[in-house]
Amino acid sequence: MEFLAPADWTEALEAKAAHPGAVPICGGTDVMVELNFELRRPPALLDLGRIRALKDWEVCDGHVRLGAAVTFARIISALADRLPALATAARTVGSPQIRNRATIGGNLGTASPAGDAHPVLLATGAVVEAESVRGVRTIPVGDFFTGVKRNALEPDELIRAVRIPETAGPQQFAKVGSRNAMVIAVCSFAVALDLERRTVGTGIGSAGPRPLTAPAAEDFLAGALDWDGLAVSEDAAERFGALVAAAASPIDDVRGTAAYRRRALAVMAVRTLRWMTEKEAVAV
Amino acid sequence: MKLSLTVNGADRSAQDVWPGTSLLTALREEFGLTGAKNACEQGECGSCTVYLDGDPVCSCLVAAAQAEGRQVRTVEGLGGPEAVQRAFLACGAVQCGFCTPGLVVAVHDLVHRIEDPDEATIREALAGNLCRCTGYEKIIEAVRCAAAELRAELSEHSAPPGLPEPSESSGPVRR
Repeated sequence: MEFLAPADWTEALEAKAAHPGAVPICGGTDVMVELNFELRRPPALLDLGRIRALKDWEVCDGHVRLGAAVTFARIISALADRLPALATAARTVGSPQIRNRATIGGNLGTASPAGDAHPVLLATGAVVEAESVRGVRTIPVGDFFTGVKRNALEPDELIRAVRIPETAGPQQFAKVGSRNAMVIAVCSFAVALDLERRTVGTGIGSAGPRPLTAPAAEDFLAGALDWDGLAVSEDAAERFGALVAAAASPIDDVRGTAAYRRRALAVMAVRTLRWMTEKEAVAV
Repeated sequence: MKLSLTVNGADRSAQDVWPGTSLLTALREEFGLTGAKNACEQGECGSCTVYLDGDPVCSCLVAAAQAEGRQVRTVEGLGGPEAVQRAFLACGAVQCGFCTPGLVVAVHDLVHRIEDPDEATIREALAGNLCRCTGYEKIIEAVRCAAAELRAELSEHSAPPGLPEPSESSGPVRR
């Protein structure tokens, strides 16, 4: 196995073009597990950890643009005000040691159905910037996840950044797990309101072969919500929850049953909706 | 491949490291530093916690080659027994001892970042370190004890006039 350690982004793209089978590694929190347990023996590792440009974030054109190597620890410490739901999700990632290493780009690249950032990226309408020696393209995050641990990247492409629209209203994230830390989601849910456009975004994690959205629930809530007072009736909230649960396609596995996941998603959908519409501060 | 890095302040190198080797394996098998323990190999247990460029990380999840040219500080490099290790001894926070080196590094980071951590902060900071003897109450007591000792040290050191401020960043940094 080769170890490719490009010093900059151009070198990284050239290395990926020359070694399309190389597995990108940055924080290592997913890739190293596979190596340690001999689940994967790629022909090469492509270390992106030395590329300074990937570690920066910036605000531009109504988006917060996160370099692929921005860690979850950094999202919590630097971006909790700008990206509140993503920061909430980031706080549920692994442990402090994991959050110090794990990156937003790595979470995307692994494309686990249970990836903690994914529901928020879906709910907020994030866009993935992929690049190869052939050029840059942008992939709406809804098109990025193509199956269990599969993504839309071509073999010569690397994730350069993810662009998340600046917060346009209340947004929330919730996750169910067997304990309060260091846990893979049994299921998770994110919701984001755009107060100007009066639209609703949703994201469902760990309840399908890939992270999902709930378009029928989004449309329903956009019509049922009192946008001026940010209020919603009990019946409408319940209906929203039921539509979110219906959008999932969960299975029974070691972490939970399909029936439990549907039930929990409905509960989380109603709960996060209340967090957004009730005026008092809610502990998360 | 050849690996060169700084471990506990000393330049170390190994000649023939497989590129997929973890930093943990390299520390233990190439450099003879067996303080960091090998248990879950998937970042669940924290017994392999070391500082990498000042941040506590699971060394089982860092490829050794990624640490090329970097600064690693292991439990052996904390000096000792320093305040955290003394507190673990004093409070009976060590049972079988397997989780202790990882916990000592995690606690060392916590008490040098946060002067007087409350219980929720301590539990959150140590969420990535499992104690299979389940001796958590004593461990949490040891964190409080270590933090108190460092506060006392700090106030002693900062008492005489004319000494430089501890740090330019927010909060005391005593690492």
